[in-house]
Amino acid sequence: MATRIVVDPITRIEGHLRIEAEVKDGKIVDAYSAGTMVRGIEVILKGRDPRDAWALTERVCGVCTTVHALASVRAVEDALGVKVPPTAELVRNLMFCAQYLQDHVIHFYHLHALDWVDVVSALKADPRKTAEIAQKISRWPKSSVGYFSDVQKRLAGFVESGQLGIFANGYWGHPAYKLPAEVNLLAVTHYLEALEWQKEIIKVHAIFGGKNPHPNYLVGGVPCSFNPDETNAINAERLAMVVQLFQQAAQFVEQVYLPDLLAIAPLYLEWAGIGGGLPNYLAYGDLPTNGFDDPVSFKLARGAILDRDLSHVHEVDGRDPAQVQEHIAHSWYEYSDGDAAAKHPFAGETKLKYSGPKPPYTQLDVEQKYSWLKTPRWKDHPMEVGPLARMLVSYASGRKDVQEVVDEALQVLGAPVTALFSTLGRTAARGLETRLVARWSLEFVQQLVDRVRAGTAATFEGVRWDPSSWPAEARGVGMTEAPRGALAHWIVVKDRKIDNYQLVVPSTWNASATARGSARPTRRRSWAPRWPTSRRRSSCCGPSTPSTPAWPARCTSTMSAATPCIR
Amino acid sequence: MADRPTLWESMQERRYSRRDFMELCSYLAAAAGISATALPSVVRALESKPRPPVVWLHFQECTCCSESFIRSTHPLVADLILDRISLDYSETLQAAAGEQAEAARDATMAKHKGQYILTVEGAIPTEDDGVYCCVGGRTARDIVTGAAAGAAAVVAWGSCASNGCIQAARPNPTGAKPVHKLLSGKPVVNVPGCPPIAEVMAGTIVHLLAFGRLPELDGLGRPRAFYSRRVHDTCYRRPNYDAGLFVESFDDQGARQGHCLYKMGCRGPVTYNACGVTRWNGGTSYPIQSGHGCLGCSEAGFWDNGPFYSHLPAVAGFGVESSADKIGLGLGAVTAAGVLAHAIATQVRQAGVIREHIESSAPPPTRAPGEPSRGEEGK
Repeated sequence: MATRIVVDPITRIEGHLRIEAEVKDGKIVDAYSAGTMVRGIEVILKGRDPRDAWALTERVCGVCTTVHALASVRAVEDALGVKVPPTAELVRNLMFCAQYLQDHVIHFYHLHALDWVDVVSALKADPRKTAEIAQKISRWPKSSVGYFSDVQKRLAGFVESGQLGIFANGYWGHPAYKLPAEVNLLAVTHYLEALEWQKEIIKVHAIFGGKNPHPNYLVGGVPCSFNPDETNAINAERLAMVVQLFQQAAQFVEQVYLPDLLAIAPLYLEWAGIGGGLPNYLAYGDLPTNGFDDPVSFKLARGAILDRDLSHVHEVDGRDPAQVQEHIAHSWYEYSDGDAAAKHPFAGETKLKYSGPKPPYTQLDVEQKYSWLKTPRWKDHPMEVGPLARMLVSYASGRKDVQEVVDEALQVLGAPVTALFSTLGRTAARGLETRLVARWSLEFVQQLVDRVRAGTAATFEGVRWDPSSWPAEARGVGMTEAPRGALAHWIVVKDRKIDNYQLVVPSTWNASATARGSARPTRRRSWAPRWPTSRRRSSCCGPSTPSTPAWPARCTSTMSAATPCIR
Repeated sequence: MADRPTLWESMQERRYSRRDFMELCSYLAAAAGISATALPSVVRALESKPRPPVVWLHFQECTCCSESFIRSTHPLVADLILDRISLDYSETLQAAAGEQAEAARDATMAKHKGQYILTVEGAIPTEDDGVYCCVGGRTARDIVTGAAAGAAAVVAWGSCASNGCIQAARPNPTGAKPVHKLLSGKPVVNVPGCPPIAEVMAGTIVHLLAFGRLPELDGLGRPRAFYSRRVHDTCYRRPNYDAGLFVESFDDQGARQGHCLYKMGCRGPVTYNACGVTRWNGGTSYPIQSGHGCLGCSEAGFWDNGPFYSHLPAVAGFGVESSADKIGLGLGAVTAAGVLAHAIATQVRQAGVIREHIESSAPPPTRAPGEPSRGEEGK
């Protein structure tokens, strides 16, 4: 007899996610993820000026801020036939890179690491040994005995105060934590350093977009202007700051994040065989080097992989009505032609219709509707999206720089390519992608400086700015890659207003309800993206809590019969 | 309470000197907008007050407030959460999940009844019994009502909690409401913005820590220290407005020279926030400095005060002395004549620009006559 356990709230994510799992003989035999919050942003967008949509959609997620704004301006530009100037494209790429650098580091240290790093164990570390390890794996200058000793004392004072704050009620001391105390101290120290560092790289957003979170975007380009001879524009001083921020980011990634990742991973090698999830991967790609209408030029490739077959990358077309479709069989929505329908987003509908239990409730009825997340499918396949999907699609598409860093890491870890299809592979992919993005950002910033020097730094294409220049009806798709995965917006413009706006976000790919009405577990298993990957919610951001070591620990404490052995 | 270290004690443990402590106090006082004569009381407060527990709830939101909070440059957020407050519940940062997370929250609320600070990020849906936002099977409304009962103070982070923000934009499908509309008999500090500036958030906490009381609030419940000035009045591009020098199109010659963005829809003239003074991300920039008009994100109903690229009908006539309490009322009422009067009263250098500016001044297209100029967050 299976027992139901519930984890709600899932923490260290953005939004509100609930996991209900069936546990039998100490193992999870089935599990369901539910988004338990909805705001109705697609409904709110109707009737508004399409040029405003970036600002509204950007508020879908403040952790991976910017990406919805980018998808939105691209959707409107696609609908209106606007091609943005190359300089604006470069600025967008730099905003994208800054977001990835900040967010991947935050994800690793602040959202994810507490499932792998035992904070309390760090108190038992010998700071001398931590310093030795740190100096062995990296040239990062903050690695003296005194430095680690000070951090440890600070931590000790914090713990002794009896007020553990954000670390209260963790699974400290659980055997699922595998790191030696010295490595735990190293990781906790870098948790604090990364917290301080992340607020720096994001200044790139303030320079080009005025603020972060939620910098400003613009249909037709970017709002900032370049003028080397003007105080009130992006000039040499501003560009120097951008260059320095990216250089420091590259240093942090190469000397802190990557060494930590490679130091921690070998102690969790068993996780190379756990958490594989779905065999299908989807990436829309991004970072164009020859305009957004030329996906071949993207640094991050576009495509789909089915059944883990890396020898074939399928083409992805956002406009094809047979490719991306959304289901609501198990989601609290209503379709005008019946809830069994699958709809391409151009024809998508968003009508909220709650039919779950009256709160307060203890359990959702997963045979019925049980989530605010719609369920997207690509050619009827459930797909994983995110760093692993991007690295795999780029790898299989023959992107040389991606192949090099992936092969190198696999060699260091002594792991085969198949090890990538796992929790560890997913975590490694995020780190490797960060390394690539750090390198690419330095290329982009140099190209930007070159354009300003050459006097070709126009940032706005205004030919379709005035609504009187728009056709009576137009539709467009805007694709990008949120740090958590493939993200696209679909817009239908009628009479100069938004007639329909649909977002298909990474969390719906990774954490949605099952697609169809069948209640039989075997069939459901073949469709459901259960235990996939990064578990994000409709508004998208968080770590893969359920597939990490603390998760079995959570099961243990919730249900004494459970053993930490969940696959 | 006695077993918690005071700020002074925790600084001693970290080997700071008394002089460092005094400097920090004067810095904190300055950050919180406290005059130098009040400094001794700040010192006493920080010496004697232990780390107060903070319960940070999340409802209908995007977590941009939490993200902004961790961008704080002064104080650094690590210093804040390790040394000055005890962040006992935060779905974004805490290690525990599910029942363990809730247990930590409930333990704090029980042990420190009447003493903890409740901070809320997000709006609260009220339609259909609140089914649009549940955490742990309970509705947001249920949770916030329970948590507020024993709180010493309630802080509403960001525009969602302060005035409803995006989910409350027309047609507000979930009946989203801000915190102050749902709590009776509890003073609520509203810290609006989408998100608020990091140092404004940290500064509000510092104020509570330093004085053990709420900061002085304006008629909309906002700390005067950060929301008593219009962005327009603190904008470094203001002289361009006064001189009639406007950006006419993005990236035009005016844009490349930093002219006023009023005609591009800037909401600075009707927005109370610290952007022009504190700026964003450690003082790096703010929207106008980077070429985009202010969206007015700290004002109630700003999403329905669009389209964003249509300029306000007119904004002249408000001096810097105008109070935050008055401003929201004035927006819809002022006519193009105001701009004319303003233009005449100013040292006009570009008469042609001004004339064109006046001719193109039209009422904002989306607001119907009779509709309130300040957004209505509830249904």
